[in-house]
Amino acid sequence: MPSYNIKVNGLTRTVESLDPSQPLLYVLRGFGLTATKFGCGLGQCGACTVLVDRKAVRSCLLPISGVKGKSVTTLEGLSTTGKPHPLQAAFIKEQVPQCGYCTSGMIMSAAALLTEKRKPTESEVRSALDGNLCRCGTHVRVVRAVLAASGQGA
Amino acid sequence: MNAPSQFPRFSRRAILKGGALIVGFSLGGLHIEAFGQRLPSAPRVLDPKEVDAFLAVNADGTVTIFSGKVDLGQGLRISFRQIVAEELGVAIDKINLIEGDTALTPNQGRTSGSNGIQRGGMQLRQAAATARNALFLLAAQKLNVKPDEINLENGAMSPRAGGKGLTFADLVGGKRFDLKLDPKTPLKDPAYYTIVGKSLPRPDVPAKCTGKHVYIHDFSVPGMLHARVIRPPAIGAKLESVDESSVKDIAGVKVVRIKDFLAVVANEEWTAVRAARALKAQWSAWEGLPAQDKLIEALRSDPSITDQVLVTKGAPVASPPQDAKTLKASFFWPMQSHASLGPSCAVAYVREDSAAIWTASQGTHGNQETFARFLGLLKERVRLIYFEGSGCYGMNGHEDAAADAAIISRAVKRPVRVQWSREDELGWDPKGPPQLIDIAGTVGADGSIVDWQTQMWIPQTTKGLPSIPLLGPNAAGLDNVVGLNTGLISQNGDPPYGAEHVQVVVHWLKNAPLRPAPLRSPGKPANCFAVESFFDEMAAVIGADPVEMRLRGLKDPRGVELIKRVAAMMKWQTRPSPGPNKTAAIARGRGISYVHYKHDETYVAMGMEVVMERSSGRLKVERVFCAHDCGQIINPDGVRAQVEGCILQTISRVLMEEVKFDRSRVSSVDWASYPILRFSDAPKIEIDLIDRPTMPPLGAGEAACAAVGAAIANAIYDASGARVRTVPFTPERVKAALGGQSS
Ligand code: FES
Ligand code: FES
Repeated sequence: MPSYNIKVNGLTRTVESLDPSQPLLYVLRGFGLTATKFGCGLGQCGACTVLVDRKAVRSCLLPISGVKGKSVTTLEGLSTTGKPHPLQAAFIKEQVPQCGYCTSGMIMSAAALLTEKRKPTESEVRSALDGNLCRCGTHVRVVRAVLAASGQGA
Repeated sequence: MNAPSQFPRFSRRAILKGGALIVGFSLGGLHIEAFGQRLPSAPRVLDPKEVDAFLAVNADGTVTIFSGKVDLGQGLRISFRQIVAEELGVAIDKINLIEGDTALTPNQGRTSGSNGIQRGGMQLRQAAATARNALFLLAAQKLNVKPDEINLENGAMSPRAGGKGLTFADLVGGKRFDLKLDPKTPLKDPAYYTIVGKSLPRPDVPAKCTGKHVYIHDFSVPGMLHARVIRPPAIGAKLESVDESSVKDIAGVKVVRIKDFLAVVANEEWTAVRAARALKAQWSAWEGLPAQDKLIEALRSDPSITDQVLVTKGAPVASPPQDAKTLKASFFWPMQSHASLGPSCAVAYVREDSAAIWTASQGTHGNQETFARFLGLLKERVRLIYFEGSGCYGMNGHEDAAADAAIISRAVKRPVRVQWSREDELGWDPKGPPQLIDIAGTVGADGSIVDWQTQMWIPQTTKGLPSIPLLGPNAAGLDNVVGLNTGLISQNGDPPYGAEHVQVVVHWLKNAPLRPAPLRSPGKPANCFAVESFFDEMAAVIGADPVEMRLRGLKDPRGVELIKRVAAMMKWQTRPSPGPNKTAAIARGRGISYVHYKHDETYVAMGMEVVMERSSGRLKVERVFCAHDCGQIINPDGVRAQVEGCILQTISRVLMEEVKFDRSRVSSVDWASYPILRFSDAPKIEIDLIDRPTMPPLGAGEAACAAVGAAIANAIYDASGARVRTVPFTPERVKAALGGQSS
């Protein structure tokens, strides 16, 4: 069976898959890393967002063969300090999630934004997250939390 | 202020009448062991008339709440703890909560109708009050003092005069109360509340932000297989043949076929996905849906209609004043999806004589009967266990996915997880029903309503259904529930402003085009959209200011206060609509609406500011102002989150959402064809919560939804003079309305 080495949350893992087109999402969830969610499998909702080499990527569309040798970060591995990452802390403080099904993808998209730009404006936050859908209506709190995490609290 | 003894002064007899405090165990009942769900050593009391059904004091002094109502992200996990901690007198961190498990929790009805706190929470409060009083009596006996000479703090009871005390655990730890819920037990005086009314954080939030929260989608049991169901290409199609050789190249796939029910099962989830895509099957043709562009006519002329006069008040005015104006209009709200962000998922393990079903259903208890029926098992041998799923707002595909899993598990004799696809969810979740509403009315020059007549064409609800008909049992030819459930969709069809004559008539339709189910705030967003839009049309036709005319007719002081607050928040300028710049290329407008939910629950006033581009008809809600009175507030931040959710989700429904279908099936099956609100569409929201600590708490999960549609429509009219009466307010519809066409 073909196998692929990928780095997930700092650990090198070997994936065996008969199907090189198997999306990263299923691989991650198969590892028990279930923070990353299936929402559409179509690249339309952002629920499956992870970081690949620090960029936000829709894991539902990314074939495992394309991740070979790359470094993947999921919500479980976002913090490397043992304490919640500043974005997670801000999401908790603002009590963002309702059902929370979208939250993982939101935080990962926001993390990529903050890597690119330390202090984004509100409209930059909105456009960076525009591909992340939330059905429960947490948008106002998400924006507040991302701004707070970048040290721009209201 | 020093709180008095929490033991209310009333006779000992009155307390004991509720049932003496006897501790002990009784055996009996039947339970199904389910992986990872350890049952208490003795069977649980499930009768909601008993305190033990709701509460247990454990040997270590912690307290467990057993709740038939479930938390779907709306915050019951904290507000229920607050209610019990306050009423029972224990610290909030001593409380555990078990939700929606038919083997462990009492049947409190579905978590629906925004009644989690209002009904479920109040049962808990009564149980806690009954328990507390019994504990006072027991402590008094043991400590040899009068009950009102005892202090209670954090589950510890001690004589006021000093000396050794007893804890709840000493008194009843690990034992039963054996006590009936006493509706007459006095409740704690809200003046002494220290826990209820505080914005305590929701306990599930940290885990949801760090990836540790286990959703039904993440749940697994040993030996579990992954399955996908293959739905037909047309709703009523029959399965003619299956070509199993089409999946022979995918290792480890089993095909399950039971009549028209078709599924694939595999060890790995991705294998099941691939197999579901590859499997070739032949289905019969079916074209039984109405034409979408003729839907309104079809509803109006449906031959199955039965009429019901819902409301009549006053008598028709024989000769209205000469300067009175008469108008009429027709409003339409389309079918909409729950559009849950995560497609439905469930796990089931069905054995010869029992079944365990893990589901995100908002009605585990009600579905016990439904599942027992199609599985042919005794109801007591079917255990449904709630696990949080992706947000659901009534009844999405959760129950269907659970039935799918149960049917497949029975066939393969293994635990099975079924995950729906995006296409399954938007295509097959039960839909919010279509609502056609005509209103005719006469308004006097002074703004008084002379006559008001509402007619609705809506699908009926079958009485006494334990759940809705489920897809899997239907396809597999198993015993299924028959009927429709739409929720209470006919309420709030009459104006709250007084009228000399009002009549509301419902034309009940026997069928619905697509399988319906209650969708958040069932029916009320449409009814209030129609009523509050029409009231604005009346104001416009006599040149009255919309706020002034509402205040003129409204007598309920709680409602009056809300409208005044919203007007103040948005610096409302008193003038009739439309505004002076109605021909501007980029037009701005303001609108207001008001609802007293179901006429006896939460009060909401909503103001909106919209901006629209005349040339394209594109629309954006820029700011929202909401004043909200849901009586006693248990957790203000929790209420705020719910109101934000109501507003944003309903703006999405009003501006964008309509289920599209052809003659065979739903065609809006992804986020491109069924778009919902995005960050760039989300307005700024200001919410003013009015707390009334001495009033009963009312729901906050639905009421604000009802006020959204009209506030937007009225703002569009104010901006442009165009009246939009059909949801969703797409750019095309807005443009048509601008051109003076009825829309
Ligand atoms: S699941 Fe990947 S974008 Fe929706
Ligand atoms: S919190 Fe439920 S989908 Fe965003």
